[in-house]
Amino acid sequence: MALFDVSGYKSHSELRGQILGTGVGHLIDRPNQQFAVPVGVDPSGFLKSCSREGGVSIDLNHGTTTLAFKFRHGVIVAVDSRASAGSYIASKEANKVIEINPYLLGTMSGSAADCQYWERLLAKECRLYKLRNKQRISVSAASKLLCNMMLGYRGMGLSMGSMIIGWDNKGPGLYYVDDNATRLSGHMFSTGCGSSYAYGVVDSGYREDMTVEEAYELGRRGITHATHRDAYSGGVVNLCTMQEDGWIKVCKEDVSELIHRYRKGMF
Amino acid sequence: MSYDRAITVFSPDGHLFQVDYAQEAVKKGSTAVGVRGKNVVVLGVEKKSVAKLQDDRTVRKICSLDNHVFMAFAGLTADARIIVNRARVECQSHRLTVEDPATVEYITRYISSIKQRYTQSNGRRPFGISSLIVGFDFDGTPHLYQTDPSGTYHAWKANAIGRSAKTVREFLEKNYKEEDMESDTDTIKLAIRALLEVVQSGGKNIELAIMKRDESMKILVQEEIEEYVTAIETEKEKAEKQKKKTLTLFD
Repeated sequence: MALFDVSGYKSHSELRGQILGTGVGHLIDRPNQQFAVPVGVDPSGFLKSCSREGGVSIDLNHGTTTLAFKFRHGVIVAVDSRASAGSYIASKEANKVIEINPYLLGTMSGSAADCQYWERLLAKECRLYKLRNKQRISVSAASKLLCNMMLGYRGMGLSMGSMIIGWDNKGPGLYYVDDNATRLSGHMFSTGCGSSYAYGVVDSGYREDMTVEEAYELGRRGITHATHRDAYSGGVVNLCTMQEDGWIKVCKEDVSELIHRYRKGMF
Repeated sequence: MSYDRAITVFSPDGHLFQVDYAQEAVKKGSTAVGVRGKNVVVLGVEKKSVAKLQDDRTVRKICSLDNHVFMAFAGLTADARIIVNRARVECQSHRLTVEDPATVEYITRYISSIKQRYTQSNGRRPFGISSLIVGFDFDGTPHLYQTDPSGTYHAWKANAIGRSAKTVREFLEKNYKEEDMESDTDTIKLAIRALLEVVQSGGKNIELAIMKRDESMKILVQEEIEEYVTAIETEKEKAEKQKKKTLTLFD
């Protein structure tokens, strides 16, 4: 790689290799080395200077609401579709669910660019895994790959809060992965600045033995109420469900119509 | 012009002579045999005679790579040590990244890639070992793979490597019966019988390791091997007597 040679970056990458392990074999395509951070650029230092005291404050907020929860018949995934740049609504129909393959989904919250890039890279790795090992990648391995990618750029200002949802031979899988390389397995997660509102709704309405229709309703309500109160969420609810034979797209409904359904007395 | 100086050079008729010579080194190593049964996998090696003062427990030709995979090799012991170390690290690395134990095929593929890399780098020579890798995947299927210095690998039902590998393989081809593989004892007996063909002085010079599904590798002690050998010899005598009887009938 020309930039790699010119920048004289080798020593840092060798150190990184020592810490994170070189020769990882077939599992990672070494995505870390696709970005040679040139000499003299210090992302973490730059970011520190952007927070509050330093002067200019660049507030990286995660304008979104996404949620996912497991229940008896699979996993429900619901996301909003507003893309905001500060107080400007850049898109009301952004797609925040990436279809990695017919049995793996990823949600996006945080910086749209980071989410899209890294999750598409994850999709490439999952495809390579299947070709090399003749077996689908497990949800835990896919989330681990994404988490390790984040670890390579920890502290450098990536912003991504995502959930990896899938069904493998261990059953339904739901993992939360974020830009700090946190990786958690769980039964219910919600991310983004509207997540608190969504948690309130889903936590109070959740029952493990819900029917499929009740679960769809719960997912829709969670997002709708969050978009009602959070300025940075809105647009439509994109609802998908993950079942044993893969995911299906359930519906795409405008929240301004849904909110009337749920809050009859309000308007 | 000799074409075996630098490994990276093909000869005019398409040979990589260094790889061929590595396979000759393998043929000098002591025999190893592997058999894949339905519920048990077996690896047997010919124990090389040790000097009087040498502690023979330090010479182990059967190495475990993980809880569910182990291997035996034939050829240069020092080369094998390097391969085994790298394979052990890769098994753990796989567990860490994928959160599942590596399949036998995966670790075989990894070992073969290392071997192939050394046939295509300048300044390096190929590894002088062939290995037999056995184990169970986490879904319970047993596997036996063989790798060689060129970096190719194949799956086998039963195979042998090292000195007199050809004789042992012919014996296995003649005596391998699919139904016998259902029984653990018969699988183990087949491996021992195959080794007895080429090993001098019987059971004393055989080292055997078995692994049953969901259990860890077990290296049989000398007494257990002697039991099997005695059982085999009694069966052999019985078969001889049967043959003699039928012969005399049709005199």
